[in-house]
Amino acid sequence: MTTNGILQIIAYFGLLAAVTKPLGAYMARVFMGERTFLHPVLRPLERLCYKLAGVREDSEQRWTQYAASLLSFSFFSFLFVYGIQRLQGWLPLNPMGFGTAHGPSNATAITPDLAFNTAASFVTNTNWQSYAGEMTVSYFVQMAALTVQNFVSAAAGVAVAVALIRGFARQEANSVGNFWVDLVRAVTYVFLPLSLAGALLLCSQGVIQNWSSYTQAVTLEGAAQVIAQGPVASQEAIKLIGTNGGGFFNANSAHPFENPTPFTNLLQMLMIFLVPASLTYTFGRMVGEQRQGWAIFSAMSLLFLLGALIVYGAEQAGNPHLARLGVESSATTLQPGGNMEGKEVRFGIAATSLFAAVTTGASCGAVNAMHDSFTALGGLVPLFNMQTGEVIFGGTGAGLYGMLLFAILAVFLAGLMVGRTPEYLGKKIEGKEVKMAMLAMLATSATILLFTGASAVIEFTKDAYWNGSFGSAINNLNNGGPHGFSEILYAYTSATGNNGSAFAGLSANTPWYNLTIGLAMMFGRFLIIIPILAVAGSLAAKQKLAATSGTLPTHGVLFVMLLAGTVVIVGALTFFPALSLGPIAEHLLILQGRLF
Amino acid sequence: MTYSASDPKPPVDPTELLPKKLAHARPLFDTGILRRAVRDAFLKLNPARLWKNPVIFVVEAGAAVTTILLIRDLVAGAADTGFTAQIVLWLWFTVLFANFAEAMAEARGKAQADTLRKTKSDSAARRVTAKGKIESVSASQLRAGDLVICEAGDTIPGDGEVIEGIATVDESVITGESAPVIRESGGDRSAVTGGTRVLSDRIKIKITSNPGETFLDRMIALVEGAERQKTPNEIALNILIAGLTLIFLLAVVTLQPFSSYSVAAAGAGAVPGVAVLVSLLVCLIPTTIGGLLSAIGIAGMDRVMQHNVLAMSGKAVEAAGDVNTLLLDKTGTITIGNRQASEFIPAAGVTEAELAEAAQLSSLADETPEGRSIVVLAKEKYGLRGRELSHHEASFVPFSAHTRMSGVDINGSQLRKGAADSIVQFVKESGGTIPEDLLETAARIARQGGTPLAVADGRRALGVIHLKDVVKGGMKERLAQLRRMGIATVMITGDNPLTAAAIANEAGVDSFLAQASPADKLNYIKKEQADGRLVAMTGDGTNDAPALAQADVGLAMNTGTMAAKEAGNMVDLDSNPTKLIEVVAIGKQLLITRGALTTFSVANDVAKYFAIIPALFMATYPALGALNIMGLHSPQSAVLSAVIFNALIIIVLVPLALRGVQYRPGDAGALLRRNLLVYGLGGLLAPFPGIWAIDQIVHAIGLA
Repeated sequence: MTTNGILQIIAYFGLLAAVTKPLGAYMARVFMGERTFLHPVLRPLERLCYKLAGVREDSEQRWTQYAASLLSFSFFSFLFVYGIQRLQGWLPLNPMGFGTAHGPSNATAITPDLAFNTAASFVTNTNWQSYAGEMTVSYFVQMAALTVQNFVSAAAGVAVAVALIRGFARQEANSVGNFWVDLVRAVTYVFLPLSLAGALLLCSQGVIQNWSSYTQAVTLEGAAQVIAQGPVASQEAIKLIGTNGGGFFNANSAHPFENPTPFTNLLQMLMIFLVPASLTYTFGRMVGEQRQGWAIFSAMSLLFLLGALIVYGAEQAGNPHLARLGVESSATTLQPGGNMEGKEVRFGIAATSLFAAVTTGASCGAVNAMHDSFTALGGLVPLFNMQTGEVIFGGTGAGLYGMLLFAILAVFLAGLMVGRTPEYLGKKIEGKEVKMAMLAMLATSATILLFTGASAVIEFTKDAYWNGSFGSAINNLNNGGPHGFSEILYAYTSATGNNGSAFAGLSANTPWYNLTIGLAMMFGRFLIIIPILAVAGSLAAKQKLAATSGTLPTHGVLFVMLLAGTVVIVGALTFFPALSLGPIAEHLLILQGRLF
Repeated sequence: MTYSASDPKPPVDPTELLPKKLAHARPLFDTGILRRAVRDAFLKLNPARLWKNPVIFVVEAGAAVTTILLIRDLVAGAADTGFTAQIVLWLWFTVLFANFAEAMAEARGKAQADTLRKTKSDSAARRVTAKGKIESVSASQLRAGDLVICEAGDTIPGDGEVIEGIATVDESVITGESAPVIRESGGDRSAVTGGTRVLSDRIKIKITSNPGETFLDRMIALVEGAERQKTPNEIALNILIAGLTLIFLLAVVTLQPFSSYSVAAAGAGAVPGVAVLVSLLVCLIPTTIGGLLSAIGIAGMDRVMQHNVLAMSGKAVEAAGDVNTLLLDKTGTITIGNRQASEFIPAAGVTEAELAEAAQLSSLADETPEGRSIVVLAKEKYGLRGRELSHHEASFVPFSAHTRMSGVDINGSQLRKGAADSIVQFVKESGGTIPEDLLETAARIARQGGTPLAVADGRRALGVIHLKDVVKGGMKERLAQLRRMGIATVMITGDNPLTAAAIANEAGVDSFLAQASPADKLNYIKKEQADGRLVAMTGDGTNDAPALAQADVGLAMNTGTMAAKEAGNMVDLDSNPTKLIEVVAIGKQLLITRGALTTFSVANDVAKYFAIIPALFMATYPALGALNIMGLHSPQSAVLSAVIFNALIIIVLVPLALRGVQYRPGDAGALLRRNLLVYGLGGLLAPFPGIWAIDQIVHAIGLA
């Protein structure tokens, strides 16, 4: 590790901590229905939305109604995205003619299973991509289907988090807010203004924004090259701010048109954590005890910084083989040293490692390098970040509600040890809450483990429908041994965690993978949201108990450590066997001199 | 120097506040109980009973599957059956150990129930018929509302209320206390319990409960655990460990395809067999807490019982741990119940010794505790010995409600003591005058919460005796301890606010409710509950019943009325209101024990992974041998050692589960830090040397 690299990580974290309070306080005002400085401009827009949708702003919903609204909204969004993709050949803004007879010859066809996968992916805020954007979808699909989902799926996550916060804040109430109102407010007051500013900033740095057809260029060597174009900046900003991560181009944030400079790289990393980190402050504000928010922020920060430093350490240390072969791999004034494979030279090792820790800590999934090319340990951290349930800041809203679920578990265990029925923020944690928390945990671990297990052994006849020319599911892997296993594990972990980043190395565009990964994304999203809303409803109905010196303090260093420890231990206990056959075995084998 | 309660030598023996020798205490292990528990451990293998405990049920299912596979292998003459047989054996031991823990806790209760049942012989009862005749019927024929007569030597045939007469009753069956108690009609001492024995006199009793529903029946059912229902917290914890079991089940089941991929990819090793995978599963699922959970609950109830408190449900004991506000009656709980003389304040022109002597003489015949305390104080301060005065030289004037004074006529002196205004009247009638300072002194004492008693010798007013409420020794410390635990104390008293404030201040309670009527108590509890606090209180009178029912924890005194006992959710057989504090501590201890053992159980898994994972996959990826940080001898001995450790730890922790984790009152932060360190970090580290040591033994004697 170099001083410069460590300083980059510290500087990034400093900036993040600085924006948390102002944005968090602003969001608290938004979701408590108070006036903000943007009201003169945005209030008419908000009102218009309610008018068009026939929503009564002051009506409240029980948790079941809230969940039903969210599920129906997601269901229709899914149908919409699926339909637009399938019909893109007949729709406008398609200069390259995707989905028509005169499209590029090497374009990917949007099959029903691919359309299913992509629709599931964008509706669940996962943004896993089995397709390469510039080779598959028209500008209309990018803008009307995918970018719209980038906004609303992120907003839906925030809405659920806000509903859960209300569960803690209210007492003896039978409602948790109104989904439609929360959704509209999240989009209009939070994501729209932030994305507008973000897109303009990115444009200023060279991110493109046009509707042109692709440019035909001749390279210096005289070869023909097609340079993809499109409305990138407008999608790029929300891709990050909404922790979506679905790139306009296949290369995602490694592509110079998406992420041209080290400055945009820093900006992008900040955009990813912006809303998830600030929501911890919003949480503290809304439950009426600011330090509770900071405690959650601290636990997330602790896990994030640990992960970032391990990735950076592993990547900067590089591959021991090279050193054994006499290759100088330490950092000097003339070379970055370490493991540069799969990384962009304009970002370097520290900024790439940090990006990986950020994008997998948050369930963003944008990548500025290929995680597949990381060292075994460097790849273990992103994988483990996702396996902890995407709570290291996590997705917009999803990170907070996931972390609060862990807080409920941590409080339940530790709370008993202070000799009281466990309570968190004055709410007793009882059978119902524990049951829902366990359901959510069980759903995610089951999804990851069962699908990974199935793909590791399932066999298909060659050229049959399910896996095409690959035959058995493991033939879709680029690598063998433990590394190949990591590729499968990573895919389902990423899908279930609604992260969407790819380890790469897995050819996932076959009916088997499209379907199972699509299902994993839906399970990972809705089988958590429903229990969360049930918890919100149950908590809202409870009385808020007074805190005394006999109450477990949930704001100090001890609780922060306990919460972070619970996240790590639950993740580790569930996935240690799987990890030991993947990255851990690979790491140990590399030390012994074997590569994959 | 004046005598006050804050003096280093309080007039009350401080040991009175310590938990008495437990009336129903039993040794942790006794051979009868042990034998019964071992038998029950086998009976509990019945899957129809075991499925209620999901964790242990999974172990049993695993043991059954591996047993079947072992038999198949034996029949087929396969190799390596010795190892599988040992695994099978230890898996069954795991189930048995868990059953044993629960059976131990239950057996202790059953042993006690047997003792109680012996006293419940079906005695004959003398029922008073509608016509007033007395007929002899069996106790089991009595119904609520029947009238019976009991005389000396009779066993009271059922729960009831004395409606006529007064008698001494031996209640040692229930309370373990051999000293007889008085039961009389009317008032708060009218309740009698079936199974107790009348020692003297004759009483008429109105039966209040039907056969099978008596206090003794309920007590037997409770200690036996027959009525045991899982408490809310126990249910929540059960969900948690069942959820963890499912997660680990998934992790282990999917290990089969994972390893089959890995074996194919590496071209080495073999997919782990069922016995090994079951071993891994059993090691990972929280068997420690799963096996001990119900034992902890039963033992908690039992501990309450050993303190001679009868909790009507486990829920009530749990709620005691959560209490935020403790309502304590002043008299008998915070103060020793009687006012005591603390100071002699002479009027102008009178010496203190003179006053003391007059006061002592006037009190010699006064057998009330106040009167005795005056004699004692005079003796302590002036060496005045209590004299035997015969009736011919002195004539005692007893207290009467009319004169409101008492005293003695001796050697021509008319010594009187009594309420200030009565004495004033007496002096004036005798032709004397009242010094001004005497009235001032009396007013000052009243302001301080004391009771002034004026003393006069005929027409001469001598001074004032300061009677004050004496706070029980050690009470202040206990209340401070409660405050550290986050529990606020509220003193309930019928005194005026001034008096109440003075005593509240002296005892160190957080607040007080003065001139409290039963309705005030009830409203206070409701208000506290509306603010999100859980309230505990004690009570004995019928008018306490609504408040006892409203409180989250209502501890009724056994001497109290049936109504109070029905309304509360606990009955203290010793009728010691201070016991509430013990009950709170037991409730907390119960929850801490559960939390500590759960944490310990889950933390244990880390070491077990380090033992078993390398053992499973070292043949496939030899590099994974690096994870074998304990340096276990062979894959087989590693698996076996982990399984043995997992089984033995249950047995090792049985005493802890039955006795409960030590509870030191303190604030939650400190408590959490300590318990996390002991049971979290301890649980993480302890299995490493444990498994290592077992591996050494297993290797040394050649088991694997």
